[in-house]
Parts: sequence; structure tokens; C-alpha cells
Amino acid sequence: MVEWTDFERATIQEIFSKIDSGVVGPAALSRCLIVYPWTQRYFGSFGNLYNAAAITSNPKVAAHGKVVIGGLEKAVKNMDDIKTTYKDLSVLHSDKLRVDPDNFNLLADCLTIVVASQMGQAFTPDVQAAFQKFLAVVVASLRKQYH
Amino acid sequence: MSLSAKDKKTVKTFWAKVSSNGEAIGADALSRMLVVYPQTKTYFSHWKDLSPGSAPVVKHGSTVMAGVADAVAKIDDLTSGLLSLSELHAFTLRVDPSNFKILSHNILVVLAIMFPTDFTPEVHVAMDKFLAAVARALSEKYR
Repeated sequence: MVEWTDFERATIQEIFSKIDSGVVGPAALSRCLIVYPWTQRYFGSFGNLYNAAAITSNPKVAAHGKVVIGGLEKAVKNMDDIKTTYKDLSVLHSDKLRVDPDNFNLLADCLTIVVASQMGQAFTPDVQAAFQKFLAVVVASLRKQYH
Repeated sequence: MSLSAKDKKTVKTFWAKVSSNGEAIGADALSRMLVVYPQTKTYFSHWKDLSPGSAPVVKHGSTVMAGVADAVAKIDDLTSGLLSLSELHAFTLRVDPSNFKILSHNILVVLAIMFPTDFTPEVHVAMDKFLAAVARALSEKYR
């Protein structure tokens, strides 16, 4: 089981209460599709992803960005057992979506950068460490059911 | 994943905007790396103080960013331009190359914090590619 310090718990709760999921989700997903273009392989049905402007204004990307943040919020509400909370999501990503789990780290990096730019100086090294630890647990839980 | 002409132009333009903050960027990136990736502290056991913003961290952050600035100037041939730096890292410092990626990530985080409007996705991808190319050039002499 993952051990969270009081600081880490409080930091994660605070970040997710402060960020606008309608902004951060779409920004992180579109950044991922732009910075790591091979991730577009999973979004063939999303239409126009031809350039950065198209990706940033694509409504399907925006909608899916919000879905991703919704998923993260589930983990925030169940920080003491993200592994069990994510069991079905892990099976979904493995068996149905067939996402290479290394991609989870790419999206996690983009989330870190978007949250950093939103929070500015409030995104201190300790806050960054807590956020990245949270994302690492999320990624490990999503990987768990791969076989 | 080599740098296109567009990547080089994006990097040079962005760097011109941010380079005056080089020391602050370096200090913050290094501070973050030592906190968020504690295994990197193993390379600095000779420093008295590894806490964010300490004197040795600030000084070394400057050194590192001076290297990045040099790389921007030599962007058209990083391999030969960074040859002596590669030899330093390969034979003297012997930093495991996986750490270059870690420091690059923290530099990008600092750029996102300090320049939220300028650090667009297009600038992000160009800088990420550039830092990866710098890492490759630094790894050149390892074996």
C-alpha cells in the first residue's frame, strides 16, 4: 500500500480543488498529442489532428481531456487504494484500448507541465514531488492489469 | 528525431527571450531535480547543502545553463560543439545518461512556470527535442 504523508495528501487535494478540469484536461491531452505525436495513434476517430492549431481546437480532444481528469479525480478520492479503484480502467486500457503503458508517462509529464504553468511559483519543488508521486501511483495502477 | 530548421528557429527565438533568466532557470531546475528525484543527490555528496536555493545548487545551476546556452549557439552541430563537455561527462563525471532526461524534464517544468504564455505546445516540443539532442551529444563519448 502506498504511504502518503499529510503534506502529500493535502497537496493533491488542494491541486485538484484549485485546477479547472475543463482547462487542464484539454490542455494536457492536446499538449501530449503535439509534443509526442505518436500518441495520436490512439485517436484515429478524433478527426483533424494535422497540426498544433487543429489539435488545440479539436472538440473531441477537449472532451476527452475532461474524461481523463475525471478519471484522476477518482484516484484523488481514493488515494489509499488507487490500485483497486483503477482495476477496471486498467483492464480497459490493456484489453480494449490497447494503449502502450509507456504512453501514460508521456501524458503524466504533460499534466505536470500544464499544472506547473497554472500554479506558477506555488508549484514548489515539494509540491512537484507530491504531484509526480501521485501520477506515478496512478500510472502503476493503470499498468497493473496488463498481461 | 533530429532538429528541423523550424525546431532550431523556435529554440533560438525562445532562448533569446528567456536567456537573461538563465541563472534562475538553472538554480530552480537543479533544486527541483534534487527534491523530486532524490537518487540524483548521489552525484553531489561533496556538497555541504543540497537544499533548494542553496549556494552550491545556485552556482551549479548557472554552470549547467551556461552549457545549455552554449548548445543553443552550436545548435547546427551539437556533436562536435559539445565534444569536450561529452568527454567531461563520460570520463570524469560519469553521470548515468538516464539523468539527462530527468534534468531536461525539470528544465521544461521551470520554463512552464516562468513563461506560461510563451511556453506553448510548439515551443515545448522544440525545446524537448533540443534538450534530447543535447543529451545525445553529451552521451557521445561514453562508450
